[in-house]
Amino acid sequence: MAKNHVTTTINGEPVEFLCETQETLLDVLRDELQLTGSKEGCASGDCGACSVMVDGRLVCSCLVMGVEAEGSTVETIEGMADGENLHPLQQKFLENAALQCGICTPGFLIAAKALLEKNPDPTETEVRYWLAGNLCRCTGYDKIIRSVLDVAAEAKGA
Amino acid sequence: MSALQYKAPTSVDEAAALLAGASGEARVLAGGTDLLVQLRAAMIAPELVVDIKHIPELTSVSVEDGVYSIGAATPSAELHENADLFAMWPGVIEAMDLVGSTQIQGRASLGGNLCNASPAADSVPAMIAANAVCVVAGPNGTREVAVEDIATGPGQTSLAKGEFVVTIRLPKQAPRTGDAYLRFIPRTEMDIAVVGVGICLTLDDGGVCTDARVSLGAVAARALLVKEAADALIGTKVDDAAMANLDAAAQAACSPINDKRGTIEFRTKVAGVLARRTAAIALDRARS
Repeated sequence: MAKNHVTTTINGEPVEFLCETQETLLDVLRDELQLTGSKEGCASGDCGACSVMVDGRLVCSCLVMGVEAEGSTVETIEGMADGENLHPLQQKFLENAALQCGICTPGFLIAAKALLEKNPDPTETEVRYWLAGNLCRCTGYDKIIRSVLDVAAEAKGA
Repeated sequence: MSALQYKAPTSVDEAAALLAGASGEARVLAGGTDLLVQLRAAMIAPELVVDIKHIPELTSVSVEDGVYSIGAATPSAELHENADLFAMWPGVIEAMDLVGSTQIQGRASLGGNLCNASPAADSVPAMIAANAVCVVAGPNGTREVAVEDIATGPGQTSLAKGEFVVTIRLPKQAPRTGDAYLRFIPRTEMDIAVVGVGICLTLDDGGVCTDARVSLGAVAARALLVKEAADALIGTKVDDAAMANLDAAAQAACSPINDKRGTIEFRTKVAGVLARRTAAIALDRARS
């Protein structure tokens, strides 16, 4: 059976790939395109480790079929830094040690970036609710939440 | 085993023909937040997935003479961002907003929540209370079906082979109408309703309730429309006595299961309490 041929845009670059219908976008990113920054935690949309942006919407790539990416625009953690220059959220996560094992980190960064683009000055409660779909089993969240609030505060002060 | 096929039709007729013409099981793909989990868990093994999101009316919201037509596959996040829709039907939009995380909200839809047919689906009691009607398309054309007549039991719907929900219509509201939805969960976010209550009520200019619809979720095999609970409100000023009657009628309608999330006794009691709290919010909204 022929695979699906998909033409899409990932992190600003045109990309073509072949996939089986049951392969998820996460499967394609990791296994076909070697974009292994997005992680598979639960594979059921509960943990947020596979968070990516599709056409400007924050989604779990484990709950998107690879074939659905046809004609769409996908942004992953690999596109977050500008060359050697880390995104302010990435920099702040490092400064605040807002990660330990790092599996959840790409998902948190993508989700936090989506939040700040929509709401540049969120309250702590807004940050916690927005990130409720990103699970971390190491740090206990406070450093993550603090990092997002710090980046928002610094952007406001600048 | 044959490979799973994917089709993305661009018209309602084309989608209905694909679904009706499949020799094996065919599934509709809206946001995929239930479908992909079921596929991965091998709970279902369709031969065809029909992605309905390339059909314009499935992913758009329009309003004509006060009647909202919501594309069944429109992501919840888009509904939440529609300020006019949110202001008109806060109960429906808040109910759908309770489903899953921000990531899930980017994909999950009213049509998907309805047709997945979970008894605990949050948006369904809110839509039933709102008197929402589905436009259902199939190989023989379209028909209208009340939301309460879609689910027939856990995971089961009244839709025939080839049929799917195209739009969900929220009726034109009478003046002084308010709707609300509340659910009980043991945490603050990211959980499945133990009990859910949707209420929509209308007042006359003297503050007397002239119309009401009450729907309970997660206390039976499907969301219930409880006429006796609505009757407890109609003709009253939604005072303490009416609230007590509402509480009793809601409890009487419950036939829940016992499970780790709640016992029969707990769910029944909570249904009454939540009905009162939901009615209080709907009442406030009808007055403002």
